[in-house]
This record gives sequence, structure tokens and C-alpha cells, in this order.
Amino acid sequence: MAGAVGLRDVRYEAVETHFQPRQNGEANPNYIPKDDSNPYFTYDPAKCIVCSRCVRACEEVQGTFALTITGSGFDSRVSAGAAGDDFMTSDCVSCGACVQACPTATLQEKSVIELGTPERSVITTCAYCGVGCSFKAELNGDQLVRMVPYKHGKANRGHSCVKGRFAYGYASHTDRILNPMIRETIDQPWREVSWEEAIGFTATRLRDIQAKHGTHSIGGITSSRCTNEETYLVQKMIRAVFGNNNTDTCARVCHSPTGYGLRTTFGTSAGTQDFDSVEQTDVVIVIGANPTDGHPVFASRLKKRLRQGAKLIVIDPRRIDLVKSAHIAASHHLPLRPGTNVAVLTSIAHVIVTEGLADEDFIRTRCDWAEFADYAEFVSDPRHAPEATELLTGVPAADLRAAARLFATGGNGSIYYGLGVTEHSQGSTTVMAIANLAMMTGNLGRPGVGVNPLRGQNNVQGACDMGSFPHELPGYRHVSDDATRAVFETLWGVTIDAEPGLRIPNMLDAAVEGTFKGLYIQGEDILQSDPDTKHVAAGLAAMDCVIVQDLFLNETANYAHVFLPGSTFLEKDGTFTNAERRINRVRRVMAPRNGYADWEVTMLLANAMGAGWTYTHPAQVMDEIAATTPSFANVSYELLEEKGSVQWPCNETAPEGTPIMHVDGFVRGRGRFITTEYVATEERTGPRFPLLLTTGRILSQYNVGAQTRRTGNVAWHPEDVLEIHPHDAEVRGVKDGDWVRLASRAGETSLRAQLTDRVMPGVVYTTFHHPVTQANVITTDHSDWATNCPEYKVTAVQVSLSNGPSDWQRDYAAQAEQSRRILPAAE
Amino acid sequence: MTHSPTEKLVQMANQIATFFDTQPGDPADGIAKHINEFWEPRMREGLLTHANTTTADLSPSVIKALPRIRRAPQAA
Repeated sequence: MAGAVGLRDVRYEAVETHFQPRQNGEANPNYIPKDDSNPYFTYDPAKCIVCSRCVRACEEVQGTFALTITGSGFDSRVSAGAAGDDFMTSDCVSCGACVQACPTATLQEKSVIELGTPERSVITTCAYCGVGCSFKAELNGDQLVRMVPYKHGKANRGHSCVKGRFAYGYASHTDRILNPMIRETIDQPWREVSWEEAIGFTATRLRDIQAKHGTHSIGGITSSRCTNEETYLVQKMIRAVFGNNNTDTCARVCHSPTGYGLRTTFGTSAGTQDFDSVEQTDVVIVIGANPTDGHPVFASRLKKRLRQGAKLIVIDPRRIDLVKSAHIAASHHLPLRPGTNVAVLTSIAHVIVTEGLADEDFIRTRCDWAEFADYAEFVSDPRHAPEATELLTGVPAADLRAAARLFATGGNGSIYYGLGVTEHSQGSTTVMAIANLAMMTGNLGRPGVGVNPLRGQNNVQGACDMGSFPHELPGYRHVSDDATRAVFETLWGVTIDAEPGLRIPNMLDAAVEGTFKGLYIQGEDILQSDPDTKHVAAGLAAMDCVIVQDLFLNETANYAHVFLPGSTFLEKDGTFTNAERRINRVRRVMAPRNGYADWEVTMLLANAMGAGWTYTHPAQVMDEIAATTPSFANVSYELLEEKGSVQWPCNETAPEGTPIMHVDGFVRGRGRFITTEYVATEERTGPRFPLLLTTGRILSQYNVGAQTRRTGNVAWHPEDVLEIHPHDAEVRGVKDGDWVRLASRAGETSLRAQLTDRVMPGVVYTTFHHPVTQANVITTDHSDWATNCPEYKVTAVQVSLSNGPSDWQRDYAAQAEQSRRILPAAE
Repeated sequence: MTHSPTEKLVQMANQIATFFDTQPGDPADGIAKHINEFWEPRMREGLLTHANTTTADLSPSVIKALPRIRRAPQAA
């Protein structure tokens, strides 16, 4: 492009040797070769006009400051990192903002170079995290060329991260299973069959199980990766066709405490703000979240606000990047011991109340004053003072007091939190402690404030909204409510069970006990993602019919009798709901490679079991959702086309949606303060297991890695590693890069050690992206008291030197290989 | 390490009690309401059946809540 329009001549003069090596073999001092180090884009200095747009994008949009201009005059060049760095070794996080900003194709997607300039585009929504970025999928015919962040997208405002922007190659990966498969028992090889045979086999087997073991002996798991419409249909199939409420979703293992905690305190199970709100915040608490890795596009918006002067308080056992990185630094980092969230938050409340910093006007107007008075008396007890809790939490009292004062007096105060809050035995209590803090400081009901759960999966909010939980019908209405059941019973023509169903861990327990025999799993890999892997495996192995509907033969499929091929987000229509309750359209970019969108597969199974559904498009499903669910009453595909997206509640009261909740009053009426007594987890360290393991994820990989492991993102994170403090490593004789054995009361695995003071002494950290590691062999069956959300964040462990993968890992790999044998269909 | 299903039910009930023991009002009311609202009938039945054998491992508030826990309307 630069050559075509003459830019190159302007930049280098019309001398060809500026952009290619000399033909005679002599060195060309003006020639700089292309930098191809990044898996997804190239940097070709010969095309660069040094306009600095890429540098500004890296600084102002992404906030990483990885790019700069080196040299001066005609020697000036764009440079990633320090001298000697290329893009891959620099701090570049591969968000793509620089590529998007480049006007000369100096920075260019490799896919465009390979496939050519795209000819058409379809606007859709990313299927990775809960930020829910809008993208333009750009194509040549049916060939996807690139994903470009959509500048009118209201969640991302034109920005993206390395996953949404580039990591879509899994959709065309050779590992994808495109034909249905069945087998009588899980020790047999898979047998490829027609859709008709697979669906018939499944329906017969499920009905046989119910005939033998009862109506309640089967259930299903909806997918937070699938659309609202698909999730709605799965729970409908379970309730209306299976005839029970044994439906659950992956929110069980992530944000179910958010649902319980916010419903109890505010009256509804969702975050209070939109993402734009961060632009008006003055003080931010980030607790138990690592936004630069987990929710990177939101993190960029947060960093921009911090560079403008907003203050940051980080509450996390690890020194996450937000604590200190280019041009930002947290005012306070409270490095608490894993498992002590409630003690820290109650202590912050103690400071606010005892120092007279509570917002009495807000509390008297919006909350129950008598309940607050009880709560104030509770938190004022000296046992909650920072000086008393310091020994327990490890947080210096002076730091905690300063942070509390800053939050209460610093202007608009917002709280953003993640799974470091919820995945504890007191996860729900912590959510309620967060809600208490927001209420007592008057930080609700306007821009710049609020309680903001950073949802993990792209549609985990939507999966919860759609009635995936075993105790709730769509719209968070309990199954025991006669009027709600009547709405669905009338429409569906069935009787709905008024009793709550089994949650995922309860299903597995019931399977081990022999009363739960069949499970339909859409788009979730519980063997890798759920805690205490051996127990999950035992539960699955005890069932007579496990159906996995997925893109790949995931780990759970090793225990499945039926595999139904799934479709990617590129291959179907629907909607996702992100962490700000925003309902975004997902638009079909290409035909499903497996033949059916996931909602169609569910319909095939439901109809084979007698449902008689006749949907021909997901828009009809959304119309049914709107007709039955008050918070979605005004939602339709027509409205979404018109507005781009809307945030629920979207109904007669708020025809175009609700960006900010609880503006004039809480959904439940008055905000409710809940007493938050700290109760230590039953998982304890001791001589055998002296360290605490906490788990999380990193930027380039996503959850169990089923997608990102099948993309170029493996260049950044090819294996899970164990972060360990140098002091803890030294006493164990562990050096950086050594294989170590990680053991808990639940199990053991081996992985390589990475020495870092990012974690404090006594704490180790790893990710769970790779099945060869299976970090959840280590985690235990402890869970949140209210919701059974697993306590992933606190496991007592020991670390010792190892000489490679453990026996268990070798055995597991052999079993997985055996299980994945496929007999092709007969010609 | 993994608890048996019955041990888990006991552990979960006692955990629920640790919360409601700190709340205003009768903890047994809160415990029973929570279990009735969130536990599938065979789980409730499992706890009640276990309590017929022994209550030694149950917290006092859970024991008090037992009569208020709804019996399962259906067999598993």
C-alpha cells in the first residue's frame, strides 16, 4: 500500500535499496527486515512512515506502552520494547490496536497477507470473556480473514484483546469433530454415525434410564459459551421434556455467589453499572480479579481512567499487573492471605463506621436504617479492627485504614471483583460484604460507582438470566413460585416440578450414590474445569449415558457415550449477555461446519423425546423469552438491530434498557445490610501441606484452553507453570524451570516452577489451561456455604522436586488416548 | 480426602449454620429456608435420614432446623 500511494518514496526517497536487501550480496545499512515474530501480525519497517499512530494506540487505547519511536529524523523507527527486542519478546500484549491504527500496512495481519483483503463483514460478538466485545468479522466469501473490533461496540468502544482479535483459529482446527459419535460403553472406541442414529440412540437411552431409575435420574448442564437462546432451550428441555429441574451451568463454579449475594442485598443478581461508568469513577477497588489478564479490554479502559488521576486499591494475594505497570500504580495493595476476604472487607467497614465516614443520608434514604444500625454495631466490635485482623489476614493495619479512608472519601467509589471473591467457602458472604461497602458509602445508583462483578465467560450472565440454575426459572424466579410456573406451564403445555433440582456437584454425588444416571452437557468440560478431578471422573464413570455436545473431544468426553458436534459462535445466530447486562447480537458468519447450530441439536434431541418444537430461527426463541420473562419483556431482534444492544431490565418501564441499576431505589425496595462474620475455611495448612495454592488464568489462554490451545496463543503460554516465591523455592531446593510435584489432600500433579516475588511467601499459584497438568486434581471439594461454588482459591499443598510428569499424569494421558479412538462410519 | 455424599450433606448443612448463626433471628429458620429453597429433595431426604441415625456431627442449629426441613415429595 505504501509503495502504491507513494508514501514509501516520501519516507525513503525513490531508492529501492531502502526496503530490500541488495542483490549483489552487500549489506544494506538502510534495510531492516520484517519482524514476523508475532504469531498474528508482521511489522515491515520498509512501509513505515513513522506517523506514530501505532505508538499512540499502544499508549492511549491499550495502555501497555510497549511501542516507541527510536532514533530521530530519517533514522526514526517504530520499536517494540528495548533495543534487541522484537514484538514477541517485548511487552506487547498483541491486542491489535497498533495494527488497526496503521495506515500503511507496516503492521499487518498475517491472515490478510495470506488470504487477501476482505470483501464483506458481519458484526457479531466475541465468544471469550464477559466483557462481550463487538467485532466485525471480515470475510472473503465464506473464508474468515480477520476479526476487527467494532468501533460502535458499546462494551469495547473499538478495542480488543489477543483472544478476541486473533485467537479464532480453533473454529477451523483439524481437531474439530464434525460427525456425531456413539458407543455402548466408555471403554469402547467411538463409532461415527448419522445425526438420526445418534439422536435416536440418545433419546432411547435417556428414556430407558428414566423408566428404570425415575424421572429425576437425568439432567443437563447449559453452556455459558452458547447463546441465550440455546441456553434457554436446554433448560426448557430439562424442565419440560426430562420433567425435572436438574439443570445447572458453569456459573456454579464461578459467579453463583454473585447471584446469591446481590439478590439478597439489592434484589437482583447482576452488576449495577455499564462499562462506560469507569470513566467517571474516582476510586476503584479491584478485589480478587486480574483484569489485565482476565478482562483485558475493560482493563485498558480502567488504566486510561487511572492515568487521568483516579485512585486504585488492589486487594489480592498476588501482585497483579495493575498494582504497578507503565504510568499507573495502585495507591494501596492489600496482599491478603487467601481465604480472608471477609475479614478484610469487614475490617474496611469497621474503619468507615468507627471513623464516621459512612454516608448517613444515602443509608437513611435508600436502606433500612435499623439493619444498618445492627451492622454498624457488629463491625464496630474491636475484633474487626485492622489491628486485630492483621495477624489473620496479613494485611498491615495502617495500609488497610488508609485504603478504607480513601474509598470512603475519595469521590465516586466503584468496586470491581472476580473469582478471587466468589470461589471461596465464604464467597457469598464476601459478595454481601462488598454490597455493604457500596451501600454504606453511598456508591450506588449513578455513573462512576457501583458493584461490578467481572463475569468470566462470554454468556455466563445470560446463562444465569435464562434459568439455568436448578432452583430458578428464567428471570431469577424460584421454581416454587406458583404464578411463575403457571406462565411456563401454560405456554409449554406441561407440568413443571416445583422442587429445586440438583446442582453440578450434587449431580456427581448422586451419580456416585447410584441415583443419577444420565447427563447432557452442552459446551462445558467439567472434568477439567471442576474441582477434585478424581471425584468428577468417578461421578461421570458411574452414569449410563453421558452426552457431550462440544467442538472437540474434550476431557469430559473421555467418559461420554454420545458425542454431538457443536458449532462455534461464528456459525449461528443468537445473543450473548455480558457482565454489564448488555444483550448483544451474535450473527452467523458462516454455515455450521457440523451441520447444525447448537440450538438445532438441542431441538433434535428434545423432539426425539417427544417435545414437538418448531422453532426455525433463534429470534422466535427470544420472542418466547420476552413473553415469559419480565426483565426481557421489550427485547426483540428488531430492537437489537435498531439499538445495537440493550441492557436488561428492558421492559415497559425501561423500553430501551437500563444502563445503571438501582438509580431511584433498589429492586428489592430498601438495600439490605447483612452481617458478615469471618469464618475460616476448613481447608487448613499444616506440616504435610504448608503452602496455600490459589489458581487463576492468564491473558493468552482461556479457561480450560479448549479454544486458545488450538491457536497461535500457545506461543505465549505452552504449559501451566507454578509460581512460587524464591524463599519457598530455596528451602525446597527448587530452581526456576525445575519440575516440581504439587500435592494436596485431593491429589497430585507435576509441572514446572517459576520463581517470582509476585506471590508472597507461603502462597503458590498456577493456571488450569492445560489438561496435561490438570490443576484441578489438586483442588478440593470444599465449597461456598450458600451455592456450592467450589473453593478453587484456597488449597493446602506441598511442593517438592520432581523428575517429570507424575504416574497419574502418564496414566491419564494413556487413558485419554485410548478413549479418543474413532471408528469411521461405514461407506 | 473426598468426602462421601452423606459427609458432604452434613458438612454443607453445618456450613450453612455458620452463616445463619451470625444473623439476626432464629438461625434454624434461616437454615431450613435455605435448605428448602436450594436442596433437591433427595439431598434433604439424605440429611434427614442421616439425622435419624445420628445427630452427633450436626451443629445445634441444624438439629433445631431439622423438623422445619420439608420432606421429599418424591422418590429419587
